[in-house]
Amino acid sequence: MIEFHKVSKRYPNGYEALSGVTLEVSEGEMVFLTGHSGAGKSTLMKLIMLIERPSQGEVLIGGRNLDRLRPAQIPYHRRQVGVVFQNHQLLCDRSVFDNVALPLQIAGCPPREIGRRVRAALDKVGLLELERANPITLSGGEQQRVGIARAVVNKPPVLLADEPTGNLDPDLSADIMRLFCEFNQVGVTVLIASHDWSLIRSLGARVITLEQGQIIHDGVAA
Amino acid sequence: MSRDTGARGAHQSRTGFADLWHAWWRHHMDSAFDSFGRLADAPLQTLMTSLVVAIALVLPAALLLALANVQRLGDRWDTDPKLTVYLHLQAQPAAIENLRERLPKLPNVVSLEYVSPDQALREFQAQSGFGEALAGLDHNPLPPTLVITPADTAPDALEKLRTEVAAEPIVQEVALDMTWVRRLHAYMELGRQLVLGLAGLLALGVLLVIGNTIRLEIESRRDEIVVTKLVGATNGFVRRPFLYAGAWYGVVGGLLACLLVSTGTALLDQSVHRLAVSYQSDFRLQGLGLQGCSLLVLGCAGLGLLGAWVAVGRHLSAIEPR
Repeated sequence: MIEFHKVSKRYPNGYEALSGVTLEVSEGEMVFLTGHSGAGKSTLMKLIMLIERPSQGEVLIGGRNLDRLRPAQIPYHRRQVGVVFQNHQLLCDRSVFDNVALPLQIAGCPPREIGRRVRAALDKVGLLELERANPITLSGGEQQRVGIARAVVNKPPVLLADEPTGNLDPDLSADIMRLFCEFNQVGVTVLIASHDWSLIRSLGARVITLEQGQIIHDGVAA
Repeated sequence: MSRDTGARGAHQSRTGFADLWHAWWRHHMDSAFDSFGRLADAPLQTLMTSLVVAIALVLPAALLLALANVQRLGDRWDTDPKLTVYLHLQAQPAAIENLRERLPKLPNVVSLEYVSPDQALREFQAQSGFGEALAGLDHNPLPPTLVITPADTAPDALEKLRTEVAAEPIVQEVALDMTWVRRLHAYMELGRQLVLGLAGLLALGVLLVIGNTIRLEIESRRDEIVVTKLVGATNGFVRRPFLYAGAWYGVVGGLLACLLVSTGTALLDQSVHRLAVSYQSDFRLQGLGLQGCSLLVLGCAGLGLLGAWVAVGRHLSAIEPR
């Protein structure tokens, strides 16, 4: 589902965030990405979302080479990839419902369908009763769950999460992880950047460790 | 490994063509209503921008309207051009009589009027106010005159008739009363071009004002743009609300301009009518009318759209997720 072939990313200032990374994540797999900050985790995710383009090598998502995508095709690619951001990226000028509905509106979903799906997604993350609230009034954990609902509402085949539990206490973190496991169980390919080692170990999932832009470990957490 | 190959519940949602078309149409409607709502939420700012747009439009609209009215006035005087035939001072009455009989037989002559030197002098004394001065002259300086009303008033036909009449031996000069009308037309054409040039400049001003307002709006909604792009919004989707906002500014500005111009014509019409009455005319000022108003509002909406398009084109591409 996600393939990297000898991918390097060098920023204009000369900093090399990734160097010769090759990896493959199969369809329906759940993988954790770890490493110190600056090891290249975020860059790797940005390459998948086409926020950045690789300097060298190829990135394939669902068998499609991202290098061949024209700028006009990028939005359609992004609809295939649900993303949960560390800083939530919620819009505070509208309700929780409207935040979650955004990807569906963009994809051109009929309004009745939007209502049904948004409520299903909010129900899934346990926030159905807060659909009218403004995200700014919610706690960090609740905001993160709104972000997750928005990432999955369009049922994308790939789900990315960048430090989704970074600012949460252990109990909330476990809740959030449980949610990701549930999405993974229905076939979504999940890639989570995290350094919450205790959680990762408890899940026994595959872990890819980056250091200075290179993969130094790829396998089940020890 | 938590990979569960048994469950394949998630499918990327697919949307049919009809749904997409409906969604596209709906987003247009939503964008139009939302952007209008945003304008209504900040009435003072909207009024300021629209007023700037309106004032920039009032000037060329009022000038064009003034020109149209002058043209109308000119057309009224323009309807029956006449040829004034000045005869030699020494022309013999018999020769004049002969000419008066032959001229009406020319194909393009409807009627002929003879003004004798005495008659001309009396009229001139009565109308010019130089009565005293003229009384001091020892002889009448005015020539006998024939006034021809032509059937065909096309410039070529008039010119042909003029040459024919001028060829007569006792004719000193044939004056076409069209000259001043032509001059008026030439002046108005010049005026029209100047006004159009001015209108072009002011339209550019409107474009920039609306473009700048939209640019500020884009800046203030930067986060929203980034997020919508992250979740897969096309450029068209992001652009749409701003384009509608630009068009709305144009519509509101255009309506205000119509209001200002109409108020102006209504106020002026009284004075113009009084002036016209003193010239035995029933001339009334012509306002913008429904057609003029619609044209102004539509044109202005177009300008707003164009201004927004330029701003959006320049600034939206610069806002990409990082």
